Amino acid sequence: MEEKPKLQVTLITGRTIDQGVGKERGKASEEYRDNVSICHIDPSDLKKVGIREKGNVIVSTTYGSVVVEAIRSPRAPHPGVIFMPYGPWANAVMNPETHSIGMPSLKGIPVEIRPAGQEPMLSLRELLKKQFGK
Amino acid sequence: MPVVKAVTCPVCGCLCDDIEATVQDGRIVKVKNSCAMSESKFLGYNGHRLLKPLVRKDGELAEASLKEAVTRAAEILAGADYPLLYGWSSTSCEAIRVGLELAEEVGGVIDNTSTVCHGPSALSIQDVGISTCTLGQVRHRADLVIYWGSNPWAAHPRHIERYTSFSDGRFEKNEWKGYLSKVKAATVRKRLESAIRKVLPKAGSPAPSTARKDPYPALLKQGRKLIVVDVRKTRSAEIADYFVQVEPNGDYELFEALRVLIRDGEIDVDKVAGLPVEYLEEIAEVMINCSFGVIFFGLGLTMSTGKLRNVDAALSLTRDLNMRTKFMIIPMRGHFNVTGADTVFTWQTGFPYAVDFSLSYPRYNPGETTAVDVLLREESDAALVVASDPVSNFPKRAAEHLVRKPLIVIDPHMNATSQMADVVFPSAFVGIEAEGTAYRMDHVPLPLKKVVTPPKGVLNDEEILKRILSEVRKIKARGKAEAA
Repeated sequence: MEEKPKLQVTLITGRTIDQGVGKERGKASEEYRDNVSICHIDPSDLKKVGIREKGNVIVSTTYGSVVVEAIRSPRAPHPGVIFMPYGPWANAVMNPETHSIGMPSLKGIPVEIRPAGQEPMLSLRELLKKQFGK
Repeated sequence: MPVVKAVTCPVCGCLCDDIEATVQDGRIVKVKNSCAMSESKFLGYNGHRLLKPLVRKDGELAEASLKEAVTRAAEILAGADYPLLYGWSSTSCEAIRVGLELAEEVGGVIDNTSTVCHGPSALSIQDVGISTCTLGQVRHRADLVIYWGSNPWAAHPRHIERYTSFSDGRFEKNEWKGYLSKVKAATVRKRLESAIRKVLPKAGSPAPSTARKDPYPALLKQGRKLIVVDVRKTRSAEIADYFVQVEPNGDYELFEALRVLIRDGEIDVDKVAGLPVEYLEEIAEVMINCSFGVIFFGLGLTMSTGKLRNVDAALSLTRDLNMRTKFMIIPMRGHFNVTGADTVFTWQTGFPYAVDFSLSYPRYNPGETTAVDVLLREESDAALVVASDPVSNFPKRAAEHLVRKPLIVIDPHMNATSQMADVVFPSAFVGIEAEGTAYRMDHVPLPLKKVVTPPKGVLNDEEILKRILSEVRKIKARGKAEAA
């Protein structure tokens, strides 16, 4: 099988206005899910790994991996940096290390991205079931 | 239709208190002065609503009476050795006070969302001290505003309009018109460029310029100046007079370089955190020459490498700048009452977050008594979550332990955490259906209004917590009587 291209990038998580609107609408809402299960990627990085806009991408770290939708970053250029809004999808790959101060490392963490191929993106319910079995 | 004026918005730390809500048939049908998030909350709070308490039976959440849910929750908490009580920043100070009483009663560890937000800032402030002021002072006096590692456009949408560059201060003018002409000029430039491309198709579109623009002309302008420091060109950065694009995890270096420069020191490298030193010299110059500067910093500092040390550097830079001019610094607090949570925790226990009552007196040791660490060490044997969603917002490994143990949730909405819970209490929205007090990010307390009545049978957080506390006390008294 042909080896899928991979790319090492830095992940920044943060707020977006759409995530804010979605969370106030309700965490169970479609709006929330659509606005947090995404990843903003620089157009040049999309090209490098061969991911189409709105295609699925796997973001992985040593702590976990998750399938999200790739969005051509509206805030480009930022090659080598990807952005995910706060939420259950981003937290699936977060580094829990708190460096003895209680704060996990949520920004500026090294991650790997690759095309998701046939792997589907999970809904909140499916993601919770997969992660916690409840 | 009745219009309720001067409603305080219960969304972000800005606590905008000029919202006007139109009420029809017991529902809010229109809001004025709201930002997108606030409007979404005021108009959409009734969707995805939970109306009946739920208790997990045979692996599934099933509707239960309030009494049954209170008894089950109290049994869990009274029977636990080291329960974790988490959340608190999206509820009223009055509810937080009851929460602290409950934590003391059950001998657990109580933590608020600062722990994964501005917790590192609290640690730094305890180490270094903070030179700060209220947002009113910023609005009227600040002539240099710096947003560092924060994106108010997305997280605090009305911050710029109400308190900084686009507000009408008594001594500083609104920069809105200047911004509009800048946007218009940019639109004209884009149109010109696209027209040129059409006329000269063979030349091809020029590669987008990645070279940073010279900061000087923008920073020489008269009036209020706005600088944004971030790793990405956010929308807030587009509004700014000058955007400083720092390398990821480069903030500490940049602060220290600026500290050297404002002390008239010399830096013998060409670049710091990806930025040419000449640019930093110009920024230092602007900082020294302002008459009232303010830094608003966000999670860009507390969540990236260095964490609390980044904030140390920011606070120290502000302290140093006060030797040359007047400079303030304010953390951009996220949830509407996270400042209130810190404040109530502090006046009740002496500590702002991560308070452990297991030895029956309050003990504070971030890294040990913080929620994520307690969960990672798998020490807690039950949890109560109030107005928060840690299953969504904690790293997976920490959330795994949280859902493995008995979990009680008090929240108006169904969220990831309530779906994983064993007992779920629906609650009234503080600031919409219940009164209370909240603290703005600059520690100004503001009243939250009851605009409409909550659905029948739905109590507010304070009342639910009081009932659980009273039931816990009854169980404990019974236990003591039996032992005697």
